[in-house]
Amino acid sequence: MTGAELIIEVLSWIAIVGGGLFVIIGSVGVVRFPDFWSRLHAASIVDSAGVILLVVGMCLQAGPTLITVKLLIIGVFLFITGPTATHAVANAALVSGVLPLGEMKRPKTIAKKQPAKAAPVTSPRKKKARKS
Amino acid sequence: MFVVAAIALIVAMMLVLARLYAGPTLYDRVISVNVFGTHTVLLIGVVGFLSDRPDFLDIALLYALINFVGTIAVLKFFRYRAIGDIPQSQIGKGGTK
Repeated sequence: MTGAELIIEVLSWIAIVGGGLFVIIGSVGVVRFPDFWSRLHAASIVDSAGVILLVVGMCLQAGPTLITVKLLIIGVFLFITGPTATHAVANAALVSGVLPLGEMKRPKTIAKKQPAKAAPVTSPRKKKARKS
Repeated sequence: MFVVAAIALIVAMMLVLARLYAGPTLYDRVISVNVFGTHTVLLIGVVGFLSDRPDFLDIALLYALINFVGTIAVLKFFRYRAIGDIPQSQIGKGGTK
């Protein structure tokens, strides 16, 4: 085994074990955190750190072949869709009134503007959500 | 090393399944299914490396696509109670608890 191979081997070990660690950390967070919003935060660890590290580790193992291209496509796709799905879940939960831990009622800004007639689902709603 | 990654992924999937069973609200369950799907994509890729059959990566890519579309479809259904066209009168209203 030459020096370069050894370096690649060590790097992919580090990446894959680190990726597995982050995946477990995110899942423990999903189970253990007390309310929905903090669980959302833990779930996105898996989508970012876990996916990136595992895909990079597998790419280093595969070498410059078609497999690496496929892995990169999977990685980029998961990296784009993970935060998008998380945002969609957070927006749906906010609209339907899931409260953070310790909060007794919905923030006034949302509660007031909610019954507005037939507002488009696009940008105005998101701006309202951010104000809270 | 892929054995380590596979074991870690399976343990993580078990943990997420516990939240899927216990989650008090609908959105906890949606999040659990989403994370479970991400784990499945990674596990399919790792198993492909373990058994030396890189064709599994195509299946993993397909699973990632279906996972994303499925999450969005579930959210849309529980907000509007319809998956296809949404009646115009429904659009401004909030979802269910």
